[in-house]
Amino acid sequence: MKIKADTTVCIGAGMCALTVPQVFDQSDEDGTVVLLEASPPAELEDAVRRAVTLCPSGALSIAE
Amino acid sequence: MSELIMTTDRERPFDPPERIAELGGEAPLHRLTFADGHEGWLVTGYTAARAILADPRFSNRPEYTHPTIPARAEVAEKLRGKEFAVPGFFLRMDAPEHTRYRKLLTGQFTVRRMKQLEPRVEEITRARLDAMEAAGKPADLVEQFALPIPSLVICELLGVPYEDRERFQRDSRLLLALESGADEVIDAMRSMTGYLYDLIQRKRAEPRDDLISGLVQGGELADDELTGVAFLLLVAGHETTANMLGLGTYALLRNPDQLAAMRDDPSVVDNGVEELLRYLTIIHIGPIRSALEDVEVEGVVVRKGQAVAFSLPVVNRDPARFPGGDSLDLTRPAGGHLTFGHGIHQCLGQQLARIEMRIGYPALLRRFPGLRLAVPPEEVPMRTDMSIYGVHRLPVTW
Repeated sequence: MKIKADTTVCIGAGMCALTVPQVFDQSDEDGTVVLLEASPPAELEDAVRRAVTLCPSGALSIAE
Repeated sequence: MSELIMTTDRERPFDPPERIAELGGEAPLHRLTFADGHEGWLVTGYTAARAILADPRFSNRPEYTHPTIPARAEVAEKLRGKEFAVPGFFLRMDAPEHTRYRKLLTGQFTVRRMKQLEPRVEEITRARLDAMEAAGKPADLVEQFALPIPSLVICELLGVPYEDRERFQRDSRLLLALESGADEVIDAMRSMTGYLYDLIQRKRAEPRDDLISGLVQGGELADDELTGVAFLLLVAGHETTANMLGLGTYALLRNPDQLAAMRDDPSVVDNGVEELLRYLTIIHIGPIRSALEDVEVEGVVVRKGQAVAFSLPVVNRDPARFPGGDSLDLTRPAGGHLTFGHGIHQCLGQQLARIEMRIGYPALLRRFPGLRLAVPPEEVPMRTDMSIYGVHRLPVTW
């Protein structure tokens, strides 16, 4: 799994960082998504999919 | 079928109005007659609600909007063209204008920043529980607990003196009361913006370690824009969580097995808060969006200029998304509810609200294991007359 994050669309709601803090963080500057792990381990893939669905701005996508 | 008109009147305190709830099972969108006669739509379906709230072809600008609640029609008419024409009130802006304000603020409300506030929120909660215990029973939980905690937290975060709460709580009550007359609303807006404008001048002269001082010193925003931003954060920051704490406690008291789980099982708390947010959905009117062009949504064409209102309480019980959603079950996977909205306007302060509730409910229930209503349930005054639902008072004893 490969995650893509578009910080120009991100509104910093923090749903990703709340759902999978091992993979997503937020910039202190403007709260937008920071990818800690663009290719997360298999055991986190379900949680990452949940985070992508929860993202309100459509900033996250998955390229398999 | 008879004409559909929006209502806030309920048959039961925790369930959405029956007339609207029944529509939820039929279709995702319904024709709605707005209070000014405009013919628009009401959304009750979960996927349709998410799609519209995330779609930039639907605007949140006040000049395109129409009032849903009859009591608000006069206010809307008088304010037409100037409603919330407060610069910096970015809730009622579209991208990219909205983006500029939002990005200045999101860094202050990240999951990590909010986690750092946990010890302080715990301290404030403990102090309020001490005060409630000392004042003795019976007590009004709203006055003693539900309102002061988020008020104290947001005041400290923004740098608004808590001693001034009588004024801004009164103004914010008038702004949110559905029965307020147009003059009352305008006076309350003037009073609130006047108060915050003066506060911003004081922060400029004497900056402190708080969010408003930070924005003033950042130099990106003019004083009238800062006023609008502070207005939004102050009202949104205490009226919402306060009502969740009050109504949530009432719902738990009426569901003793769920109350016991929230009190005794720490592993239930985080999801339990999401479930209370879903089940209670205190945003019982609005949001409203207006189509900037013809848009097809699940087989329905919303015409350019048409307004779309949402019944989020019904959306959050869509059986296709939350089966059995009419009951409160703190262990149900409740993530994905739309109580904080969706799209670019999704609640900025949601991570703060979560922390306040995750700390607040268990702390209250552990301090007063025998907590119970001090009046018969039918005597609890419900906020069907306010833009944000909840309880006006919650008399409790222990």
